[in-house]
Amino acid sequence: MVSTEQSCWFIRKVICWRAVASIAWAVLLLPPITLVFVIISKFSFLHPIQTISECLYLLTSASGIFSFILLCGVILIVGFLHLEYYTVIPTIACSKIALLGQLLHPRHFINSLVHCFMGVIVAWCCAVTMGLRYETLGYPCTESDGHPQMCLNEYHLILLLAGAFVGFSHSLLGVIYNMNYVSFHTVQQYKYLRFKRCLPLVVKCSATQALYSVRNYIVMYLFLGKCPFFMNKMLVAQPIHLLTALNNFFQIDYSVHPLDSIAGLLDLSLLYHLWSSATFLLLTWNITLLLFRIFVTEVYSFPVQSSFTEDSHQCLPKVLTEKQPMILKFLALQDLALLSQHSPSRRCEVFSLSQPGGHPHNWNAISKECLSLLTDLTQRLVAYHDTVATNGRAKSLSSGKDLMSPRPVFLMKTPASVFARSVAGTPQSPLTSLFTPDLDSPFASPALRRLTAPVDQCSPWYGTVQSPHIMRRAPKLWSTSTGEVEFQKSNISFSTHRSSNIQVLSNEVLPEASSQALFADSQAHIWALEGLSYLVQASFSEDQFGVVQTTLPSILSCMLVLQEAVDRHFKLPHASSKPVRSTSSMGDSTYKTLRFALRATLKTAIYRITTTFGDHLNAVQISAEHRKRLQQFLEYKE
Amino acid sequence: KLHSRTESSSKAAFLDHSETLWMRMTCKHTNSPVIDAFAVPKWLSMSSGCILALLRWVSSFHGSLFPHLTLSSEDMIAEFSQVLNWSDCVVRAFAWHPHTDKFAVALLDDSIKIYNPKSATTPTLKHRLQRSVAAVQWKPLCASALAVACQNCLLVWHVDPCSLSTRPSSGCAQVLSHPGHSPVTSIAWSPSGSLLLSASPMDSTMMVWDVAAESCVPLQRVGGGGVSFLSWSPDGSHVLASTPSALFRVWETRMWTCERWPCVKGRCQSGCWSPDGSRLLFTVQGEMVIYALTFTDAPGQLSHSGPQAAAVVADLSETTFSTPDGDIVVGGEIQSLVWDPRGERLAVLLKGDPQAADRPAIIAVFKTRANPIFELLPCGFVQGEAGAEPRLMQFHPNFQHGALLTVCWSNGRITHVPFYFVSAGVPHFGLSGSPLLPHPQQRPADFVNQSLFTEFLS
Repeated sequence: MVSTEQSCWFIRKVICWRAVASIAWAVLLLPPITLVFVIISKFSFLHPIQTISECLYLLTSASGIFSFILLCGVILIVGFLHLEYYTVIPTIACSKIALLGQLLHPRHFINSLVHCFMGVIVAWCCAVTMGLRYETLGYPCTESDGHPQMCLNEYHLILLLAGAFVGFSHSLLGVIYNMNYVSFHTVQQYKYLRFKRCLPLVVKCSATQALYSVRNYIVMYLFLGKCPFFMNKMLVAQPIHLLTALNNFFQIDYSVHPLDSIAGLLDLSLLYHLWSSATFLLLTWNITLLLFRIFVTEVYSFPVQSSFTEDSHQCLPKVLTEKQPMILKFLALQDLALLSQHSPSRRCEVFSLSQPGGHPHNWNAISKECLSLLTDLTQRLVAYHDTVATNGRAKSLSSGKDLMSPRPVFLMKTPASVFARSVAGTPQSPLTSLFTPDLDSPFASPALRRLTAPVDQCSPWYGTVQSPHIMRRAPKLWSTSTGEVEFQKSNISFSTHRSSNIQVLSNEVLPEASSQALFADSQAHIWALEGLSYLVQASFSEDQFGVVQTTLPSILSCMLVLQEAVDRHFKLPHASSKPVRSTSSMGDSTYKTLRFALRATLKTAIYRITTTFGDHLNAVQISAEHRKRLQQFLEYKE
Repeated sequence: KLHSRTESSSKAAFLDHSETLWMRMTCKHTNSPVIDAFAVPKWLSMSSGCILALLRWVSSFHGSLFPHLTLSSEDMIAEFSQVLNWSDCVVRAFAWHPHTDKFAVALLDDSIKIYNPKSATTPTLKHRLQRSVAAVQWKPLCASALAVACQNCLLVWHVDPCSLSTRPSSGCAQVLSHPGHSPVTSIAWSPSGSLLLSASPMDSTMMVWDVAAESCVPLQRVGGGGVSFLSWSPDGSHVLASTPSALFRVWETRMWTCERWPCVKGRCQSGCWSPDGSRLLFTVQGEMVIYALTFTDAPGQLSHSGPQAAAVVADLSETTFSTPDGDIVVGGEIQSLVWDPRGERLAVLLKGDPQAADRPAIIAVFKTRANPIFELLPCGFVQGEAGAEPRLMQFHPNFQHGALLTVCWSNGRITHVPFYFVSAGVPHFGLSGSPLLPHPQQRPADFVNQSLFTEFLS
């Protein structure tokens, strides 16, 4: 109960305001973007003056203002969706079927539908802005027998559908590329400078993404153009029919080119307008996303200790141990890493003793939390390695048995049951459930569940001697982060022939995805390592009471054990292969390289301690094996 | 047959293949169809000509603003490298490991050799992309990583210190490149070993690399036309970034904001930081003086209470000395500055005059003291064998008995010049360096002790 209250504190006071600020900036940036779009869409080389007068007229007209208000509304909704869907730990699909499961998850599906709808709204605004042949859905035409009639304006329709298509594909790509993942930067910069740096990139991404979306849309429209056309004819005809209060049917003018033909679609001006409105749509959304990321990841400085007891839950040692809003934990760890590097006065507070009693509570809480994070990662790596090793043996020994009796493992679950569970299993208070991904969901990254769950209970990673059979009971079904899919791959490959298609699909484990997923939350570990090592380094000259000395052996052995586990992990195939760098996408692919960053940070952290203490480390009580390892570091042979 | 066609028939052959309706139409009006087939409408050729002329004009304007942009990349490296006469220098770059007694040497043939007194093997690093090496630097707080600034990219080698292989494969090297960011002339690791900076005179952005993730953050500021030289202060709080024009910047590394420092005369040629990061010494091309900037405040507040102007701390204008071998003229422009890690010796590489025989390039060494006031006292000169001139120098990062200056000479020799002294101030605890413990066996004698030539106090 206390925990929810505190998370409310942080979400309410910080994250919400940051989100509001980012949305406000996005809305403020909308007029210039719209102006540029209007000029681009209306510009003609031959009549520049006329272009300007048309633009001015449009911007002051009632329809122009109305569509602008609509656009603001769309931005608000997009910003709200970002606030609701963002995550600091990416969900990594380990197989194709897991990805499909993510896409079809009701949560994402609703998101896609909303985006689709908003795409239509934006496209309508674009149509109004561009005017000319796009402006209205119907237009008056005369039938062959001379009757005045309303005909369907296919140009308007194609634009609206393009908006829906682009919005939908944007949201799908968002799931595939983890666009809701918010990464933290190693280089701190002011918000304005960061925005300025990223803006050209966002414009480029939006333009290219719009190009591909329009291409796909055109191809789709070419083949399926008739279906939406007739459907729309039926649906749309009615209101206009009523509106005009005429008994005429709403018809197409067959004298013009039908647009679902190649000739009709190869209209350069139409393509240009489709592309520019898709770019406009994606640009406004991506800028909202960019602003949200920049604002949310801004450094927040937590007080190390407070003189008032009612504020004590906002202090760094308390906040670090919080499980619930991941963003809070991440920001606290980031703050720890920064204060340990840059701020001597705050380091001094960390090393200080409590006033009555003289206990180093601050240091104890901080070091304990960091060490438990690192131990957790070590156990995870060891367990993963064990399962991979066991799998190799199990395959050779019991393949025959497996062939006969395919076990009811996680793959046998149908999506329906999975969904039912995830929908029913979120009885959280509405506020917290907004910002914390539902942990029961099989789509939530297990890494996340592991971070939030207490380490010592029901975690399959606790203890290194558990058999893989026990682990299979863990509630990770579709997007397992532990290579569970991989270690079962060989077992299942025998039964594939007789099983459903789902198994065939899920069999193709995406290379290195399991390794990525294993390190999905490693940003937290990186900060813990940095914070610990810098604090230990500073303690050499700043720690007056020797509070760090008591924990130095456990810190060293924890890091050395982790180092061993990481080294072992990188000997596995796929673990050390670099992912393909994708530059022209809004999705943040930082998580793909987190394991390399962790490896480098870990080594640097150990070297930082050994370089600072030098031969004094020989006096530290650690096991002989660790001492041998440490000697390697002291001699710079690692 | 194709090959039997004579020269005169090639015209017909061309027409056969490429005659289209449009060409035939143009042929009707002209006598020489081949040429006119490619004729474009007059307005198009006019306008494209205009655009080309405009582009040329803009680029020439840009080039006149920043004349270095017209140099070839080899010339550019030679111009901005800290090495004297880089292009014909046998040793093109040199780097001591920050913690152990090993060093890397980049040679004229674009290979890099790593020498370690404790190991019999000398690994030779060669890579397809390793051309025109301008700088090498070891990663601090790491045993194996070596960053190499090449013509088109940055390479980060991971040379396993325990490996017995003499030719590490190119798989051991990470390639870091960014479009437009070449040639790389200067690199700098952060003293904490987490970030790598790279700079190119062609690119006005400075790259901050996260090497493990192979991602970079470009830091761009308008003006200067590029970044030619980088130097990270030993405490990690500031970075000196000089540009090819008369301007340099001092970045603070917490939020990555910068201070602009316009120079009067030329570009900032070289610079070095005191061990505590509070004082920056730099030289300007075309001037014969050393300037100092003092940063007294905490990092992060650079722009509020930084120094207002640079102070001249030493004048190195030409002076004549009479030696037993005849008169010798010393002084002039400065090629590079290095400060020993304890902040007690400053070595200055003077360019000299390649035309005049009595004005060779020479290294002048100063004693420095930071407390109670900053002092710069002449100490002596370092001269090589006859005919050899110093090209490149670096202090050993943790020499126990004083300071050890390593000099690379034009004849390909590398010599170590030790300075034995008792440390005057309290030992510094740099953020990255190992704690310096007092050593009882120091010999209070300077190895090089020649006549003084100027005396300056700040």
